[in-house]
Amino acid sequence: MIVVGQVLEVLIGGLLAGVLYSLVALGFVLIYKASGVFNFAQGAMVLLAGLALVRSLDFMVARGAPTWAAIALGLLFAAVIMAICAWIVERYVLGPLVNQDGLTLFMSTIGVTFILEGASQMIFGSDVYPLRLFPTDAWFVAEGLFPGGILVNKLDVWGGLIAGTLVAGLAIFFQNTKTGRALRAVADDHAAAQSVGIPISWIWFVVWLVAGLVALVAATVWGTKLGVQFSITFLALKALPVLIIGGFTSVPGAIVGGLIVGSGEKLAEVYLGQHIGGGIEYWFAYVLALAVLLVRPQGLFGERIIERI
Amino acid sequence: MLYREAGQFKTTYAADMAVFPIRQDRMALYLLLAVAFIGVPLFAQLHIWPFGGDYLIRAILVPFLILALAAIGVNILVGYCGQISLGSGAFMAIGAYSAYKFGTGVHIPLEWLGSEISIPPLPLVASILLGGLMAAFVGVLFGIPSLRIKGLYLAVATLAAQFFFDWVFLRVKWFTNYTPSGSVNAPELSFFGWIVHTSTERYLLCLAFVTIFAFLAKNLVRGNLGRQWMAIRDMDIAAELMGIRPLYAKLTAFAVSSFMVGVAGALWAFIYLGSWEPLAFSIDRSFQLLFMVIIGGLGSILGSFLGAAFILILPILLDQVPHALGIPISVETVSLLVFIITGMLICYLLIVEPHGFARLWSITKEKLRLWPYPY
Repeated sequence: MIVVGQVLEVLIGGLLAGVLYSLVALGFVLIYKASGVFNFAQGAMVLLAGLALVRSLDFMVARGAPTWAAIALGLLFAAVIMAICAWIVERYVLGPLVNQDGLTLFMSTIGVTFILEGASQMIFGSDVYPLRLFPTDAWFVAEGLFPGGILVNKLDVWGGLIAGTLVAGLAIFFQNTKTGRALRAVADDHAAAQSVGIPISWIWFVVWLVAGLVALVAATVWGTKLGVQFSITFLALKALPVLIIGGFTSVPGAIVGGLIVGSGEKLAEVYLGQHIGGGIEYWFAYVLALAVLLVRPQGLFGERIIERI
Repeated sequence: MLYREAGQFKTTYAADMAVFPIRQDRMALYLLLAVAFIGVPLFAQLHIWPFGGDYLIRAILVPFLILALAAIGVNILVGYCGQISLGSGAFMAIGAYSAYKFGTGVHIPLEWLGSEISIPPLPLVASILLGGLMAAFVGVLFGIPSLRIKGLYLAVATLAAQFFFDWVFLRVKWFTNYTPSGSVNAPELSFFGWIVHTSTERYLLCLAFVTIFAFLAKNLVRGNLGRQWMAIRDMDIAAELMGIRPLYAKLTAFAVSSFMVGVAGALWAFIYLGSWEPLAFSIDRSFQLLFMVIIGGLGSILGSFLGAAFILILPILLDQVPHALGIPISVETVSLLVFIITGMLICYLLIVEPHGFARLWSITKEKLRLWPYPY
């Protein structure tokens, strides 16, 4: 017996959880679009940003700073850390690897992942740090329509709002600013972009910085949900099937993919999981991505993959 | 001075095609094999340093050999055929659990047919090899997407294998013979009537497996099949135009690679761990294997050994050296330092020497041939 209200509740919970995946996936898409690098380190960047934020926040609150000032300074500090990280990655890893094939770049970002995971935990500590930026209490909506209403977590709603704002902001940045246009030019053909005078290393720094800031935003939401801890990097891996489904090159694809993965895995867990043993959330997204790959390798919104010899 | 090939004339085609065309290389190899097969057990028997206790054999040499075998498998796929895999841990797990099932007897009730499939417990070698075969079979299944996708997309497909099989071996109790804790014990290691007990015996068994498979792999990658793999790696469309069938080349790479990784997984579970749970084959293991291949050298059998040795010894060194120097360093710091150093080394090697330690080794040999007059 499946109750409509219950299905809706699971669906909405899943959709909103999917927004969180989208937040991480956005960072991947940005870097992929602008530099053709598949940035495996996005999850580690979320961890770094989260740790920098929560540790500086705790530090200032413990010394009696007012909460709003602590949050503002904490965000600023984390943003500076992400900028430093972006600079180091561009200067020492991707700069020297320019013109290498995608596989090499991908493996180098796995290396970056390990450096970031090790360094961030060494500097900021490796416990679970609770973060309280958004309300996390439950919220009942549509009580008139269904008996008992639908339970929604306020944090998930905040996550949705933030993701929406972020996408809008990024769209404006990409379409209407000079840097944004330069970014798109570099994405198209970096040699041609360079020849018309676009400073490529600066552009890549900007891309990594923007991805770092997206990681920071993701970290605020993820950290409030789970506490800032190492396992965030594994959850961030879920962004990969999101990308496969949505397409590597599409910002809306990242959002839609996240929604599909989030709602799909929650529905599967609730209605399929009980038949074949629980915990299928763990792999459902990946197998879904595998199925999509077989049918439509470029994803739902991705550009068609064309190869030339 | 010693490393000269002057005067070594090749008079047959066989000599010209030899794996080690230079006599000194052959000598070195025989010496190495003699030390590994006779010297090490002898030293261990006589308790000569550094084989006083069985620590060195049990905790370093045995895992080194097994991981080197797994790294050879990964190298065939990633280094020779250019298909990136993040799911090697899963294939090790498949090898381990299949070998476990074959070693303890397979029993599948088929209620709707009123019968059942029953296989009695198989001997050790048979179950390990069958474990490898099962891994190869699943490897081919997960390799099928590689015909349409590549690179990063394939990485995600192999991640799917990793997470799916993590879950399967944790949740499907049939694979663990319904043990309540989920951890399983290897059956008695009986090798043609010889019961493997001591560390030295375990070491010899692993060594035998690794030697045989390393030679097999080395000859495979030199032959027709290996050349097909490399052609696919270097440019798949051009390879296809030249008449290499991508279906055949890619799927054989997946099969051979998964077979070796599966055998390594079975050895890892049976001989090194003894009793294990799915966590032993998590995604960390996949990354570890990938790093061995990148650091050791993509597309090199020797590199697989070098990479395995490095990745295995790095944490031990980081643990022991500061202790010996009297610097206090916590276990946690060591594990984080391992992360950082591995990551940095990978980035450094990808930038400076994409062919890893194996390339450094061949440069050394080249220098040695010309020494002391480099021109």
